[in-house]
Amino acid sequence: MSNVTLQHVTKRFPGVVALQDVSFAIDDGEFFVLLGPTGAGKTTTLRIIAGLERHDGGTILFDDEPVDDYAPADRDVAFVFQQYSLYPTMSVFDNLAFPLRSPLRRVPVEQIRTRVRDTADKLRITHLLDRKTAHLSGGEMQRVSIGRAIIRDPRVFLMDEPLSNLDAKLREALRVELQHLQKTQASTTLFVTHDQIEALTMADRIAVLDEGCVVQMGTPDDIYDRPTTTFVARLVGTPRINLLDTARENGVLTVKGSSMELRALSQELPASFLLGIRPEDVTPDSEGEFAGRVALIEPLGVETILHVEIGDQTLLSLVPGMTPLRTGENVRFSIVPDRLHYFDNDGHRIQL
Amino acid sequence: MTSFAETGPRTAVTEGIRVDKVNPRARLLKNIRAVVVIILALVGLIPVFAMGITAFKSRADVVAVPPKLLFEPTLEGFVFLLTDRSQLRGTTLAEAQENAEGGEPIGIFDRIALQNGQRINGPSDFILRLRNSLIIAGGSTLLSVTLGLFAAYAFSRFEIPGKDDLLFFILSTRMLPAVVVAVPLFLMYRQLGLHDTHFGMILLYTVFNLSLTVWLLKGFIDEIPREYEEAALVDGYTRLQAFFKIVLPQAATGVAATTVFSFIFAWNEYAFALMLTSNNARTAPPAIATMLGRGGIEWSAIAAGTLAFLIPVIFITFALRKHLLRGVTFGAVRQ
Repeated sequence: MSNVTLQHVTKRFPGVVALQDVSFAIDDGEFFVLLGPTGAGKTTTLRIIAGLERHDGGTILFDDEPVDDYAPADRDVAFVFQQYSLYPTMSVFDNLAFPLRSPLRRVPVEQIRTRVRDTADKLRITHLLDRKTAHLSGGEMQRVSIGRAIIRDPRVFLMDEPLSNLDAKLREALRVELQHLQKTQASTTLFVTHDQIEALTMADRIAVLDEGCVVQMGTPDDIYDRPTTTFVARLVGTPRINLLDTARENGVLTVKGSSMELRALSQELPASFLLGIRPEDVTPDSEGEFAGRVALIEPLGVETILHVEIGDQTLLSLVPGMTPLRTGENVRFSIVPDRLHYFDNDGHRIQL
Repeated sequence: MTSFAETGPRTAVTEGIRVDKVNPRARLLKNIRAVVVIILALVGLIPVFAMGITAFKSRADVVAVPPKLLFEPTLEGFVFLLTDRSQLRGTTLAEAQENAEGGEPIGIFDRIALQNGQRINGPSDFILRLRNSLIIAGGSTLLSVTLGLFAAYAFSRFEIPGKDDLLFFILSTRMLPAVVVAVPLFLMYRQLGLHDTHFGMILLYTVFNLSLTVWLLKGFIDEIPREYEEAALVDGYTRLQAFFKIVLPQAATGVAATTVFSFIFAWNEYAFALMLTSNNARTAPPAIATMLGRGGIEWSAIAAGTLAFLIPVIFITFALRKHLLRGVTFGAVRQ
């Protein structure tokens, strides 16, 4: 396995800049996730690393060696596509064997057979080997796809939303499997997703991409607990973060359109800013210092989302298990003061 | 509680059971449709049928009015078509007839010729004409499909400057009637020494067919998602290897349909074959049309020739029919 470095990579398509000065480094054996909404340039980044797309500026290095001029075949990467990646005219066996049969590798027939068996065992698809790929379910297809990637030892795995076309149950199961595989093989993996849960659960590190720029890079903890912009704060975490227009006057913070007032922890806050509160930091509490009215209850079983109205604002609150509260009831709640996030009006984090 | 076994269908409804197999109304409709299709097919086949029976009629039966449906079949037409004969007279004829009656072993063709007072000298040119047709139609089909396939792939996958203009230009070669360029072509071919050569005809039909093959095949290749090739590229194959291993098997249907269309065009082409060939490279269509017997048109020979001419087309269409059916409906349904 190798480490991968992108330095100031820029890509323009007619009329749009797809990637703007993107730089990051993936360590050997790291599970690196590119997270961002549709159109952020995640897939383009992946395709540029694979050599399927040419970048207009910057450099890509594998183990500190530039690979910009290498053909995809010579880069020795494995790519798992979102869909359409299994060769429909071939059996599962032939699909798995296909990378090994490349004239670049010249793997002996016997060895191909053993490696296909081993890989199939690992992914529990041995019973499918003789099937044509058209007769597979979505989950089976994506397993074979992953199998085709792990059957050889590529320098890096590139995965382009491999789980997004699967139903929720299957997605969860494969997510765990994928994570397990990556850890046992210590493979360098670049995983692209728009699903923040996938990113938070699997990643060693995450780079958040928006409109072709890296907005923030860090561990899942960094991204979740210390989002550098409101964009990142909104992107990760469900239910989404509460962002409230807030004014500071003397030592008091007032949430606009409501009666909610907090004590300012710092004098460095500007007069007007956005206050971010994660829903799990809003807890109903009979002793709580704030009052509101329950506008809506969404019970999810393990946890319940409460929509709490305070003046014109609605605050989301996440509570474990079910709640005895009813819609329309008045409720008192408290918030965790040292877990508040402050953003200026441009959306940038205010570091206290 | 009533169980499903009491109320439901006696056998499980599986995917294989279609509505038209259980519902009597649907079944009736289906039968009516089948009858209509069969009648239409029969109407369409009348000329072919007429040609088929004419090929086996004797000279007298061919021109009989009203046309005879019941007649004594004879291979006369085929004898006229496939052999070169000379008329026997007087004593030679009597001698030959006597020999034949005396039990001298002669073939069925000889016997038929003898009944018309003729002797077979050898095979006719028609075999050569058929061979020319095969070489020229086969060669031009191979060339135009191969070239068209690569061009179509390039147009489908690569950024080519002026792509749309080029594609339109290729299509535009079809926009004028071919005979418009007949005279210039004739002069050009004579100057270049391509007149009456196999190569010249192959070249001509290839050029005519290319616009069709490029456009048809581009349509088929456009429908194949790029991800397949890209996966192959990443898996360690070159673009060309990926093309042969991944794209081509999936384009098989399109290639088959295109092959049939261009073969039929080259095989049936008449005007240019008549004008640009005289002997060496003359193909079957003009040869059949100009087949004249002694003292009148040999209708049975012409019918026999046309019948023989149809066989390769029927054979190819039949061999590729599975692909062909998918080919003509391909892209009609949005996936």
